[in-house]
Amino acid sequence: MLAAALGVVLLSSIVYSAFLLGLVFLSIAGFYILLNAGFVAAAQVLVYVGAVNVLILFGIMLVNKQEDFRPLPHALLGKLATGAVCAGLFALLGTTVVSTPWAISSEVAIGDRAIEAIGMHFFSDFLLPFELASVLLLIALVGAIILARREFIPDLDAAAEEQVLTLPERPRELVAAGVNESDSE
Amino acid sequence: MQLEYYLLLAAALFCIGVFGLVTSRNAIRVLMSIELMLNAVNINLMAFSNYLDPQGIKGQVFAVFVITIAAAEAAVGLAIVLSIYRNRDTVDMEQFNLLKW
Repeated sequence: MLAAALGVVLLSSIVYSAFLLGLVFLSIAGFYILLNAGFVAAAQVLVYVGAVNVLILFGIMLVNKQEDFRPLPHALLGKLATGAVCAGLFALLGTTVVSTPWAISSEVAIGDRAIEAIGMHFFSDFLLPFELASVLLLIALVGAIILARREFIPDLDAAAEEQVLTLPERPRELVAAGVNESDSE
Repeated sequence: MQLEYYLLLAAALFCIGVFGLVTSRNAIRVLMSIELMLNAVNINLMAFSNYLDPQGIKGQVFAVFVITIAAAEAAVGLAIVLSIYRNRDTVDMEQFNLLKW
């Protein structure tokens, strides 16, 4: 899974990295099943693999232009510095994780009754975030449509407005008749 | 000891996401890196929920919220990328300087 994640970041072909991203999402869903969370694993597969990954693929297909990026000065230096910073961050997180004494609970995991527990949380003590999330989804829906909508420039004159109401074949005949008349004159 | 493995995995995934976020030139790859980071956070939440709080699974609730926000973020981010591509005719992150000055 980590190799696939590295491929997402490092591969030069962005279509391959999008498919590897789907592989990463699927393996993360597998980890969720190992962590006794079947519902969230199903949500992960549905939302990430089914929606977000397909959305990213559509975005790639809409945007895909084989362009060679203009090389930046000190690009390799910047990548090395970023890699060093990320490795340092990983080392910091790793030492923190290993050295912290975790209070691991000895209770039995809730298992398949997790869905009921999640539903109880949603409608009792997490009711306000739940509603806020629904409002945010609505706002994101409307905002994404407005942002991605192709804006037509209205250059309609009166004749064009009349032609809107006619059948699709109709204006073609009218234009042809006009051309014939001008020819005969 | 299982918990530490999951946390290390999530930390590695998060660092890969940060690296991709900083070094990518393509805007869509930046979005994919953000998804990787959100998934790393989700793995953390689920591991804590399973090992520290296995009865009242609040971590799974938070993970569902994070998935929701990530889906909304991906949709809005792709819409922004599409509209920038339509206006500027490129997806190069180094040429997006609309908000720079």
